[in-house]
Amino acid sequence: MSVAHDNVQLAAPPATPRRRASLLERGLPALLGALGIVGALFAWQIFSEIGPVDPHFLPPPSDVLPQFFQNLGYADFWTATGYTLRAWLLGLVISTLGAIVLGVIIGSSDFLRQATHSTIEFLRPIPSVALIPLAALLYGPVLKAELLIVAFACFWIVLVQVLYGVADVDKVATDTAHTMHLSYLQRVRYLVFPTLLPYLVTGIRLAATVALILSIGVELIVGTPGLGQKVALAQINDATPSMYALILTSGVLGMLVNGLMGLLERRLLFWHASVRGGVKS
Amino acid sequence: MKLLKRFLYFVGLPALLIVLWWATSRNGTSFFVPKPGPLVHAFRTVWLGDGFHKDVVPSLTRLAAGLIISIALGIGLGVVIGSVDWVRWLLGPLLEFLRAVPSTILIPVLLLVIGINDAMKVTVIVLGCIWPVLLNTVKGVASIDEVQLSTGEVYGLRGLDRLRYLVLPAASPQIFAGIRQSLAVGLVLMVTSEMFAATEGIGYATINFQNQVAIPEMWSGIVLLGLIGVALSVLFQLVQRRVLGWYEGLKESANV
Repeated sequence: MSVAHDNVQLAAPPATPRRRASLLERGLPALLGALGIVGALFAWQIFSEIGPVDPHFLPPPSDVLPQFFQNLGYADFWTATGYTLRAWLLGLVISTLGAIVLGVIIGSSDFLRQATHSTIEFLRPIPSVALIPLAALLYGPVLKAELLIVAFACFWIVLVQVLYGVADVDKVATDTAHTMHLSYLQRVRYLVFPTLLPYLVTGIRLAATVALILSIGVELIVGTPGLGQKVALAQINDATPSMYALILTSGVLGMLVNGLMGLLERRLLFWHASVRGGVKS
Repeated sequence: MKLLKRFLYFVGLPALLIVLWWATSRNGTSFFVPKPGPLVHAFRTVWLGDGFHKDVVPSLTRLAAGLIISIALGIGLGVVIGSVDWVRWLLGPLLEFLRAVPSTILIPVLLLVIGINDAMKVTVIVLGCIWPVLLNTVKGVASIDEVQLSTGEVYGLRGLDRLRYLVLPAASPQIFAGIRQSLAVGLVLMVTSEMFAATEGIGYATINFQNQVAIPEMWSGIVLLGLIGVALSVLFQLVQRRVLGWYEGLKESANV
């Protein structure tokens, strides 16, 4: 019933017999896509000039885009981006490792799974931003505060996927492994891990997006250094073009994260039906 | 006996944790960990008295409004974008970019453009929550089985009937996966926008208690937000079980 479960089930659309796409047919979507972006920029420009919002608060792209490219030359900008990405990556890695270890241990024992079910179902939906005041009080505006929030949120997302994955291990394969006297670690390596991997990757992909939202959220509110803090500063200083430029940056960052996760999925799961089927069609 | 066992499994660990918390905090001097008594007291006085009308109701109203708008807009736009190829190609890359913008970063901008009010918070929630619903609907609608589509055509399903009996049911498993993601994001954005700039609301009150170093009150806010998260998730599962019952059954029978 999880997101991932649905995604995994539905990731490969039903194979329909399709003609080989000609060059024109393949080029058209890309062309239209580029047209869509250009059109949106035009709409933004026009709306900003004649729309109901004061252009000071909604500067046109002709002001924002130069600022965006100018930013790329500032060391300051790269430091802030680096801080945000560091919190993102560390939070994601810590939570993933913790979730894998705990998930495999809990998942391999019926007793533990049943005993922890209610607690996990209760702790999981707690919005981690609720812990921001606590993190601010405990640590102040430092990396640790950001990590606490990011790791807490991502941990549950990945853990639940790991539990689904471990539960999905084939019964016959388990019996075979027992017959062949595989040790616990061998079973984890050769039996559980391959079944788990698609679920794990889905969990990490979902967590990666949430981690970026949260690290920027903490930077906004607590003031830990990073892109979120820079945007809050730009807002206080009334530097609207640079604020919008930073938002564009965060969008690019978000796309990089999505792309990276897609790449990870294809690399790790090249053998899995959901990826193989996608390549073939 | 079986029921008793299930009950014990259900309450065992939570009860153990609460006892552990009570036992360690009773004589503890840790400043940041509240004792159970004061926490329950703070929860009652802060949230069930005046705070209910002043903070809880506005927060939940904004969350509900934001979620309903996102789901309606997401499904509506998603069906259109998903069923027309050229619209999907035209908007695809743009939507991918907009979705990738971490929604919390929009809070300061909307604060400038709209100001500190309900509309700003609802807009933040919509701008964050619409993408999972929208993109999942697009994916669901675009990957409807060809045979199903042809069958619908042969039976002369058209217009609203086609939408009601073919398109929406076929896409609903994906749509629900999207809504589930939206719920979590919506709660995050409600709290963050209130913590960043507000004059009332649960997030605002909680961060205020932190500034006053009122520890039990601050924790009571955290607990309340947790309870809201749990309630939302239970509500979602109830709705999903009703609407997607046929799909779960289908999957089970396919797995046998």
